[in-house]
Amino acid sequence: MMTFILRRAGSLVLLLFAVSFITFTLFQLGPSDPAAAACGQECTPERVSEARVALGMDQPFFLQYFDYVRGLFSSRMIGAPGAQTLCEWPCLGKSFQTNENVADIIARSLPYTFSMAIGALVLWTITGVGLGLMAALRKGSPVDKFIVGAASVGVSLPIPVTGLFLLLLFVNQLHLLPFTTNEINSPFGPQGPGAWVANYLLPWIALAVLFSASYIRVTRTNMIETFGEDFIRTARAKGLAPRTVTFKHGVRAGITPVVTMLGMDIGLLLGGAVLTEQIFSVPGLGFTAVHAAISGDLPVTMAITMLAAFFVIVANVAVDLAYAAIDPRVRLQ
Amino acid sequence: MTQLHTSAPTAGATATDAFLEVRNLSVKFPTDDGLVSAVNGMDFTLERGQTLGIVGESGSGKSVTSQALMGLLKGTSAQVTGQAMFQGKDLVTLPESAMRQLRGRNIGMIFQDPLSALHPFYTVGHQIAEAYLVHNKASKKQARAAAVDMLGRVGIPSPEQRYDEYPHHFSGGMRQRAMIAMALICEPELLIADEPTTALDVTVQAQILDLMSELQEETNSALILITHDLGVVAEVCDDVLVMYGGQCVESGPVDEIFYDTQHPYTLGLLNSMPTLSTAAGELNPIPGQPPSLLDLPKGCIFSARCQYAELVGEGKCAKERPELTVEAGHGKRCHLSGPQIITIRTSR
Ligand SMILES: Nc1ncnc2c1ncn2[C@@H]1O[C@H](COP(=O)(O)OP(=O)(O)OP(=O)(O)O)[C@@H](O)[C@H]1O
Ligand code: SF4
Ligand SMILES: [Mg+2]
Repeated sequence: MMTFILRRAGSLVLLLFAVSFITFTLFQLGPSDPAAAACGQECTPERVSEARVALGMDQPFFLQYFDYVRGLFSSRMIGAPGAQTLCEWPCLGKSFQTNENVADIIARSLPYTFSMAIGALVLWTITGVGLGLMAALRKGSPVDKFIVGAASVGVSLPIPVTGLFLLLLFVNQLHLLPFTTNEINSPFGPQGPGAWVANYLLPWIALAVLFSASYIRVTRTNMIETFGEDFIRTARAKGLAPRTVTFKHGVRAGITPVVTMLGMDIGLLLGGAVLTEQIFSVPGLGFTAVHAAISGDLPVTMAITMLAAFFVIVANVAVDLAYAAIDPRVRLQ
Repeated sequence: MTQLHTSAPTAGATATDAFLEVRNLSVKFPTDDGLVSAVNGMDFTLERGQTLGIVGESGSGKSVTSQALMGLLKGTSAQVTGQAMFQGKDLVTLPESAMRQLRGRNIGMIFQDPLSALHPFYTVGHQIAEAYLVHNKASKKQARAAAVDMLGRVGIPSPEQRYDEYPHHFSGGMRQRAMIAMALICEPELLIADEPTTALDVTVQAQILDLMSELQEETNSALILITHDLGVVAEVCDDVLVMYGGQCVESGPVDEIFYDTQHPYTLGLLNSMPTLSTAAGELNPIPGQPPSLLDLPKGCIFSARCQYAELVGEGKCAKERPELTVEAGHGKRCHLSGPQIITIRTSR
């Protein structure tokens, strides 16, 4: 198991370098000219080339990449020769718009994204897996048909529709919940966990409606298949209690596809649920990335892209580890 | 036969002193295409210490019969009717909670494919100990000791180490031994083995059969052995029951079935059996297809494939379903008379 973890960790580091290189290259070769964007309106060719120097973009490509990577390990100087400023570790460059350290911008956005992801994740996993299992155990019954029907409605509801509907109903009409505010980004803040939940409940529900629908389907399909397996019949033939048969023998064997989905979705969601953050005006990573992209703020866009890739890769490794914990046959390979 | 000490008849139990007595057992599955009549009025009895072989073509209802006896169809859409008295309890009407107490403790079961029948995520030992723990007040340590002991008894070398290995570490034969250990750890009085050797190669088959006979003798349990293989039946069983279309068409002591065959289907089955002298491609399968279980013929279930129906005459075979008639322990379900059958046997 230990060597398995070490091997996975090793390949994780290599992958991250590859991703950072590819992202960096794409942004360098991309159609937008950051220098032109950075120098703003009333740009003369001279000012563009000045900006290019200031951004370090006159340097050879590999040198730029090397500089960028160096910033991940130590502080470095940034800017045109003579007008350099210190970019503290971890240095991901400075915003073209505000000249703020990109790492600080990310550190500020991250808690919002985490807050939104965590609650949604818990909510949709519980409802998705719970309802999927319930449907599988009562296959063919009215309960099953109702759950399957609800899931197919849920999966076709886009976030803007559910989101706006929830806002309209609970905030505008019923006044049950407050408008989301930027002041709360942690359950441990001064307003306490209650306010945190109230603040994020609607985005959680909006995301959960969408996600749990596919979790219901995958759980149901896989559990029905698993409950038909020979080893389930063996477990019953031993005289085990139904609960033991269902959970110890059934769920453990049938849940692996859900773990995979969960890993992918966590990774994606931590990269920023762009639409949800927009609709509920939560200034998380997705929200920040959109604004940076629109204003051509290259360092911010790039850093968030890399971070999103990082989350996806880490989530994948976590899935692999979870697999190994669940299925002893995986550990051999 | 030592069935006397097995159970004192409880109040209200049907007056039967057989160890297992199955009467008119039927199983129907509602499906989208209609009602599948998988088992249609099975009758048989079994005493302790005896081995009953159930043979028949694929789809004849052997597995469904065993699942019904095991109560594994409870809680599904299957319609199980009739009676199966086991130690004074009717397995058909027994509620699931009471059935669960019998499963594993009084009735053990071994399945065809030991790889898929064992849980891939738990060690072999854990799965055996688990079977012990459900029915015995014991600590984990005692359960482990019992499982290790049982692994040794089924002939698994260094059982203490193999306890902690997973099914995928075991060879096919060893897996089936482990399944047997699991089924026998609570020393059930009745063991049902559904094609326990079909998935194994020939040499291993013989070992597994020997092992089962040996353990059966040790514990004086009853064994129902389901198989395609008449050779296995001849070797291991005391009695045979031949199934066709979910019915018992012939039953009786092994020797009688082999040498005093009373039913045309059994004759065909024996005739289709490969022997050492038959070359490949020279088998004699029974022509025709088994009946559709969605729409069973009104008369004899075998009539569509039977070449002797004319001997009975007047289209009786197609119109009238023969009853199971038992004479001196030998049952048959056929309109042909005894002398007619003898003529048929001697003329082939
Ligand atoms: N759950 C079910 N729903 C519908 N039909 C079923 C079900 N289980 C079994 N059957 C049908 O019942 C019939 C008898 O099946 P069974 O498994 O008992 O045959 P078998 O004699 O054990 O055959 P084999 O030698 O292939 O194992 C088959 O036609 C099968 O398709
Ligand atoms: S009853 Fe008629 S059809 Fe059926 S087995 Fe006997 S002879 Fe053949
Ligand atoms: Mg079968």
